Amino acid sequence: MLTSITSYLHSNETPGAAGNMFWALLYILAIFLGLSIAVIAMNWLERKVLAHMQVRLGPMRVGPHGLLQPIADALKLLIKEDIMPAHADRLVFWMAPLITVLAAFTTFIVVPFGPTHAVTDMNIGILFMLGVSSLGVLGIVTAGWASNSHYPLIGSLRSSAQMVSYEVAMGLAVVSAVLMTSLHGTGVYGTGTTGSGTGTLSMIGIVKAQYDQQIWFAFKFFPLGLIAMFVFSVAMVAETNRAPFDLPEAESELTAGFHTEYSGFRWSLFFLAEYSAMIAVSSIAVTLWFGGWLRPFPNALTGATWDLLFSLFPGFSFLGLGALALLSAMRMPRHRMFKIQTIGLAGFGALLALIGLGLLVPPLRDRVQDIYWFVAKVAVFMYLYIWYRGTFPRYRFDQLMMVGWKILLPTALAALIATAVVGVF
Amino acid sequence: MPQNYVPIFIFIALIAILIPVTLLAAKLVRPDNPNRIKLMPYECGIDPVGSARGRYTVRFFLVAILFVIFDVETIFLFPWAVEFKALGLFGLMEMFIFLGILVLGYVWIWKKGALEWV
Repeated sequence: MLTSITSYLHSNETPGAAGNMFWALLYILAIFLGLSIAVIAMNWLERKVLAHMQVRLGPMRVGPHGLLQPIADALKLLIKEDIMPAHADRLVFWMAPLITVLAAFTTFIVVPFGPTHAVTDMNIGILFMLGVSSLGVLGIVTAGWASNSHYPLIGSLRSSAQMVSYEVAMGLAVVSAVLMTSLHGTGVYGTGTTGSGTGTLSMIGIVKAQYDQQIWFAFKFFPLGLIAMFVFSVAMVAETNRAPFDLPEAESELTAGFHTEYSGFRWSLFFLAEYSAMIAVSSIAVTLWFGGWLRPFPNALTGATWDLLFSLFPGFSFLGLGALALLSAMRMPRHRMFKIQTIGLAGFGALLALIGLGLLVPPLRDRVQDIYWFVAKVAVFMYLYIWYRGTFPRYRFDQLMMVGWKILLPTALAALIATAVVGVF
Repeated sequence: MPQNYVPIFIFIALIAILIPVTLLAAKLVRPDNPNRIKLMPYECGIDPVGSARGRYTVRFFLVAILFVIFDVETIFLFPWAVEFKALGLFGLMEMFIFLGILVLGYVWIWKKGALEWV
């Protein structure tokens, strides 16, 4: 038993591939924990960033700078009355949030946080991810139908129409990235075959292909990779029903869309699923086009000095965040009413700094590097989600369908054909 | 490699257990006093008129059909994309014929107005 646990420590496979279920379970629990923290952080960050974009302060009351607001909200949702409308289809109403959460979470099994840091690596990884994430539409349809109310039904119909429309463009964009994995030449226009000439659908394999070709697929065949990436990043915003494509929950017309009748903890499950789905599609984008866990310039800037420099990033990021928190603690008003908040913020800063110092320890800093770069790239996408919401006005529904079917689909198809033509020679 | 797929079932089982347990646990702390008004469908304070399960526009059905066609097309593209370099020019030509038929259909539905919403 003990040997099976420790023997994995120096393995160069994922726990799933090594058949080590104890470590697989550990990774799954780590993903649950990480996702919860990410959703909480994202919730706070979204309110704060959006507020500052609109020249407001955002949450300020619960904890210093509203840091404890998401936790207060979670507690509030837990002790809120859970209303099930009288005419609702009880079983389906109960199942819908479960399906949505399941679809949003299960994708994280194949997300490669590092060469060995994925729960499992299947040779159909990206296909699995696309398939499971599109199951989310089932949860939305059942939620709208089971509520037996006008707004949720219209919201869920719109939502499903939107999700299936953009999924087509999304799939085509993914195909053009998969196509690039079967090329083995290096550089922007390299198409030569050095290996077997077969590509891969495995998430880890896709990142390794980018390492071998010495280029992120976003920059492969210069404009073509970028076009596919652009199509995907528009489609993924529509897939997750976020602004400017948040038609299904357009609060000015449909109250809250498909989850109008949901309240309390059940509603929070939809919230959790929405944010997990955002993280999931962002990690697909990062894996396919932005080199997944690879640090910037892994082929060009090699050698002991660069390795050391890049491995210091995680620690210094946390130290910087800690310094920021300590700085804001120093800038808190000097008044006895703010005393606890100031101490709390300083404590939070000290904790972050402590984590940062811990990540500077040599064996640890090499281990967390991959995860750090992956999470940092995903964080950029998550920030973009907030930015879109603060910048773009909402689309009208016919415009939305037009963008999906008449612009993104032909663009993705053209990019795919062009990539194939360039790649075959 | 069947062991690669085992964690999926562990994962799904964990979620399928954790969420209902949390839902039931929350039942212990939350209030529960429903009344007739509270259980009515929410329509911004106005009494709902008629059943929600009425008729809706056929456009949604059309979108679903188009989705099936194009998504299946995408699925067919995946194996070709993986073996792209190995199949070479032959595979590319085959794919052009396949895509050509689809693009023809796409142009036809565009002209037919199936992509217009209004």
